[in-house]
Amino acid sequence: MPNWSMIIDLDKCVACQGCSIACRMENNTPVVSPSESALGRSMLWNDVFPLRSEEEGAIASGQAKFLTRPCMHCEDPPCIKVCPVEATYLDDEGIVRQNYQRCIGCRLCTVACPYGVRYFNWYEPQWSPEFARHITPDKVVGKGSLEGPAVRPKGVVEKCTFCIHRLHKARARSEAEERDFRPADYVPACVQTCTGKARFFGDLDNPNSTVSQLAQSRRAFRLLDEAGTHPKVIYLHEG
Amino acid sequence: MRRKPSFHPHNDHEAIVMAPLATVTRRDYMLWAFLLGIMSLGLIAFVRQFILGLGVTGMNRPIYWGVYITNFVFFIGLAHSGTFISAILRIAGQEWRKPLTRAAEAITLFSLPFGVASIIVDMGRPDRMLNIIRYGRFQSPLLWDFTAVSLYLFSSVVFFYLSLLPDIALCRDRLTNKPPWQRRMYQILALGWQGRPQQYHRLEKVLDGMAIFMSMLVVTVHTVVSWVFGMTIQPGWHSALIGPFFLIGAIFSGTAAVVIVLAILRRVYNLAEALPINLFNSLRKLLIVFTLGWLYMMVAEFLTIFYGNIPEEMEVFWQKFTGDFSLIFWAMTIFVFVIPLYLMVFHGKDNISVMVTSSVLVNIGMWLERYVVIIPTETRPRLLYELVQGAYTPTLTEWTITLSLFAGLILLYSVFSRFFPIVPLWETAESFEPDPSAEPDRSTRIFGAWSNK
Repeated sequence: MPNWSMIIDLDKCVACQGCSIACRMENNTPVVSPSESALGRSMLWNDVFPLRSEEEGAIASGQAKFLTRPCMHCEDPPCIKVCPVEATYLDDEGIVRQNYQRCIGCRLCTVACPYGVRYFNWYEPQWSPEFARHITPDKVVGKGSLEGPAVRPKGVVEKCTFCIHRLHKARARSEAEERDFRPADYVPACVQTCTGKARFFGDLDNPNSTVSQLAQSRRAFRLLDEAGTHPKVIYLHEG
Repeated sequence: MRRKPSFHPHNDHEAIVMAPLATVTRRDYMLWAFLLGIMSLGLIAFVRQFILGLGVTGMNRPIYWGVYITNFVFFIGLAHSGTFISAILRIAGQEWRKPLTRAAEAITLFSLPFGVASIIVDMGRPDRMLNIIRYGRFQSPLLWDFTAVSLYLFSSVVFFYLSLLPDIALCRDRLTNKPPWQRRMYQILALGWQGRPQQYHRLEKVLDGMAIFMSMLVVTVHTVVSWVFGMTIQPGWHSALIGPFFLIGAIFSGTAAVVIVLAILRRVYNLAEALPINLFNSLRKLLIVFTLGWLYMMVAEFLTIFYGNIPEEMEVFWQKFTGDFSLIFWAMTIFVFVIPLYLMVFHGKDNISVMVTSSVLVNIGMWLERYVVIIPTETRPRLLYELVQGAYTPTLTEWTITLSLFAGLILLYSVFSRFFPIVPLWETAESFEPDPSAEPDRSTRIFGAWSNK
């Protein structure tokens, strides 16, 4: 089984927010009104933000450092530990998944996640007419489970899934073409779209993969390493 | 079916204690209607929230938990009044507690349902509540909570009911002029209680045994409640002290609630003789100890954080001491500690109004404490504290539902106290000499296998 992992090279990242937009379109993330957004209810599975907001003018002068943040897909995720109903779980391939059909909306996972990657559906999701025409039809459906870009009901938690539906589609395609599944067949939308080619995706357990080699880089670091969550999203320092 | 008269121990205060049961006054009906009105407003607010989504509250990202969870912790804390007084003090052999055991236990019993309701109101999908049973994972602190609180509720009902049993039988035998449904209610609930010495003996034995169990539950339940927060790694919550701190706070606010309730009962039902002033003096001593215990916990918690000076912990620390929550934090300190300690130590002796004032302040302060433990941590999340400046203002929906939960507690209490004696008559009886003429009537026994050996 592959152990999916993502490398984000901050040296190459131009903070264009393309990953954020690709993610939204791919995963049907609801768009909230500006007033709701001001309340802190915007949903950004893949968020892009400047690291030091207090430095006035840093963005204009090009001095600001940016961070792009998908779900860390931790090896020891604090969120799945606390879920009372196993609505969120770590699958065999190291992806932290979320089952919208089982989630009871207690939000214990959202307060337990130190990275703030989990989002709650405060209302029934809504899209402007232009957006609504482009709802991704993909979803991951199982017995008693609903995952992936499937339109979420209100009152449940959602999060980045490394585009789990793309993995399912890639597997199905390799089966249809009667060949072995290759890790290169599967890539999340944010990685595919990345303007600066700053994102890499692959199997961390394969010593020959790009991600496992980049993970050895001296520039490699993990967010909140001290929290003991062992993220599988690994950053490369600038410079 | 004619029943032989059962034995009831002689209690000098019987007339006084039974007096409130004589009639339900117009004022009662007005109060109940008023409380029901508030509760219906709460229900409307809840239904609206259920239809539209939790967006109608002030909660957001990162403040995912707000007033509802605060209420949950507060109600469970309030519930510790009765169990503390009747279980822990029972084991400790504190005889003075007897007249107020039932009044205190009733707070327990009637707070718990609203603690549970607070959780349901807070859920994004209350319709999927049963998933907790169907797919429950015992690794989740929420399931510990679910287990602890339901066990607590169940045990409290049994404990409360058992100690009420002889007095229900008394109601059955004395209140013969009541409407048939009410007589029938006493008849069924009394379970054929006859007041035989063996029955009293068994009852005392069971209550003693349960008291031990309940005392352990008191400690466990509120510690487990705190672990929903403590088990995460969020600054301000992830502290080994959070369990004991919550426990002290729970018993503190619970005992203060007993003072308030006792004073109201004394005044409204003229129970001054049955609830003598020395009860307030005994509770005063307990409350002074708890106030100091609270200070001890505060110092232990915050001095450790301050001295350690870990950046993400300090973010939350300053939020409380000088930041957005400083007003609430210092108000809490004044309400829970400064004023009550001064009032209780210097003016509280033999002075009910001073004790009630202190207790009301303590309970307002303890609600604020729960709030100030839960929310500031969320406003300064670990990764994003430089970026996300979380803010939270509860909305009308949240306040309405909160108010309706408190109205529900008062309603249950006030209805109960009109139908059952609020002072345990058998436990406070002067003479316990059984009447030899009262032979047990075999035909009314529920458990036929009981022997008279």
